[in-house]
Amino acid sequence: MKHTISVLLQNKPGVLSRVTGLFSGRGFNIESLSVAPTLETDVSCLTLVTVGDNNIVEQITKQLHKLIDIIKVTDISEFEFVEREMALIRVKAEPSTRAEILRICDIFRGKVVDVSAKSYALEVTGTCDKVQAMIDILRPIGIQEIVRTGTIAMTRANKKY
Amino acid sequence: MKITGAQALLKCLEEQKVETIFGFPGGAVIDLYDEILAQDKITHVLVRHEQAAVHAADAYARVTGDVGVALVTSGPGATNTVTGIASAYMDSIPIVVFTGQVPTGLIGNDAFQEVDIVGITRPCTKHNYLVKNINDLVPTIREAFYIARSGRPGPVLVDLPKDVMATRFVFPEPQQVKMRTYRPTYEPHPGQIEKACQAILKAKKPVIYAGGGVILSNASDDLTQLARTADIPVTMTLMGLGGFPGTDPLSMGMLGMHGTYYANMAVANCDLLIAVGARFDDRVTGRVDAFAPHAKIIHIDIDPTSISKNVKVHIPIVADCKHALTAMNTWFARSEEFNAKTEKGNHAAWLREINDWRVAHPLGYVDTPDVIKPQFVVQKLHELTHGDAIITTEVGQNQMWAAQFYHFNHPRAFMTSGGLGVMGYGFPAAIGAQMAAPDRTVIDIAGDGSIQMNIQEMATAMQYKLPVKIAILNNGYLGMVRQWQELFYDKKYSATPLDVAPDFVALARAYGAVGLRATKPSEVEPVIKEALATKNLVVMDFVIAREEGVYPMVPAGKATTEMLLV
Repeated sequence: MKHTISVLLQNKPGVLSRVTGLFSGRGFNIESLSVAPTLETDVSCLTLVTVGDNNIVEQITKQLHKLIDIIKVTDISEFEFVEREMALIRVKAEPSTRAEILRICDIFRGKVVDVSAKSYALEVTGTCDKVQAMIDILRPIGIQEIVRTGTIAMTRANKKY
Repeated sequence: MKITGAQALLKCLEEQKVETIFGFPGGAVIDLYDEILAQDKITHVLVRHEQAAVHAADAYARVTGDVGVALVTSGPGATNTVTGIASAYMDSIPIVVFTGQVPTGLIGNDAFQEVDIVGITRPCTKHNYLVKNINDLVPTIREAFYIARSGRPGPVLVDLPKDVMATRFVFPEPQQVKMRTYRPTYEPHPGQIEKACQAILKAKKPVIYAGGGVILSNASDDLTQLARTADIPVTMTLMGLGGFPGTDPLSMGMLGMHGTYYANMAVANCDLLIAVGARFDDRVTGRVDAFAPHAKIIHIDIDPTSISKNVKVHIPIVADCKHALTAMNTWFARSEEFNAKTEKGNHAAWLREINDWRVAHPLGYVDTPDVIKPQFVVQKLHELTHGDAIITTEVGQNQMWAAQFYHFNHPRAFMTSGGLGVMGYGFPAAIGAQMAAPDRTVIDIAGDGSIQMNIQEMATAMQYKLPVKIAILNNGYLGMVRQWQELFYDKKYSATPLDVAPDFVALARAYGAVGLRATKPSEVEPVIKEALATKNLVVMDFVIAREEGVYPMVPAGKATTEMLLV
């Protein structure tokens, strides 16, 4: 099962490497990972999506918590939460497909962020599934390049852990 | 008054009450060695290879119960410590390793003797640091010692660039270490203690399975009290030996791959397993689903990651072993139900069952009149030292025979590389132990293979006049691997015969030590007696039965009841 884990960590050199090293050393999966500072400048928030059964995820959260520089670890999939991912997608745009691409972009509430004679670059945000759905629909038209962020996530208000 | 980083480091060591450090100099730590020469509060032991410095610090920590310290230079000095650090990490031994580093301006430039030792040791230290700013130096060192000795202990590495060591600054006032992110749990949850004690009260066939955590938290007395009060038989892991008196009638010795028949049978048939400071290692459990299959499991451990990692635990207690056992002993002292019983514990039938297994298959070996059996040597060592020596071991058959036949009655008397299994650990460990306990008899029980992995340390022992005794169980093989080849690889002895070996007696003499040899059983006792009476480094070369195996043995991946017996 997929788990989204939110980790607060001290913003020090090497901390990210401690986290990724833990995953590779113990054979845990990382599907995606995203990290940026929080309101406190010396604290970062890392959102990590992993796949594993309950025992593995229990080990993952415990092992993360054991790292000295980590402040808090929460498996937020245990709560109601919102998650977002963003993708930039460059699609081949011929005169015959331009209208179609814009329509798809509209349906997914995306934005055109770059235009050239032969391509559009689209920006889309949403859950991982939504981003994937848009990519799947655009694929037959001709995707030239994709860049995706990892998932970021937050528990819903009043459903705080 | 301003002092240099190097002076500050020594001041920090004094602050931490460090008396002995083990090290080896080099370009990046010359400033530090200059300061070491200028003071007399801290003894520096010059080893002959950096790996030995870490093993010696490890054993020093085990004997004293405090933090061991090693100091080495950058680059190869640092990389040579990795095995020692990884071993201390697996065995949860508190050490702090200081490594030199190239000047901060050169870091990342592939400078001479530069290596990213913080990166290399990240997965095998409890924590590590690179000190780039002189103002971080003292707080970092204080934190390093605090982390090493608190919670589940472990090695901490501090990397010290040469320019930081030379920078002058004002030494900060002593301060209590407070960390936002690291707060180990020492006190057990009272509800869990209640549940555990109730389970013990109900159990008909309980077993205590004690690990290294008992020794690390100085909980031997508390464990002994619990076992005797509630009448529970005790088995120990390799790391737990000495945590409960080995000659006590309730002791079943070691369990697991080379554990006793009765300990493994007891675990397989118990209805309650009380794991104390042990981590359900694969060498203990064998096939996991056949390990204690009928038992409810209580697990006391200070490290939450150990709990339910390999085996599902029913009553987890995250706490320091000593605190948890104290709470349990208090519970039993107050329990009316327990104290109302005329036959407390009342496990006589269970103990009889265990004794039947013990009688059926005692720990033993087939004695031979002409050839020395290794087990006989260990038994004689035990007898002639009255069980009071500090024993270190290398890794392999020598380690298992020592564990099986030297019945440890006290904690902090057995040093072995349990988790990582480092050949070459025992001799430097003996040096560290002898530095920590100058008046004790310290014996390294070694094999002819593993002793050669750090044999250069004879010079260290001679230099510091350390009367360590080395007992080489010499079978001319890498014996444990040979045993596996015999049993599971059709006796194809690939790369295990040591056809060329030094004359250990002559080698000892070359270092100025004493060399003794026994080739017949009748020579064993005189050799040991002479060694024990000699105030010098002694190498005893026991020429033993070449193809003697370690038994019982649970083949890897089998259930612990599927033992190969003598």
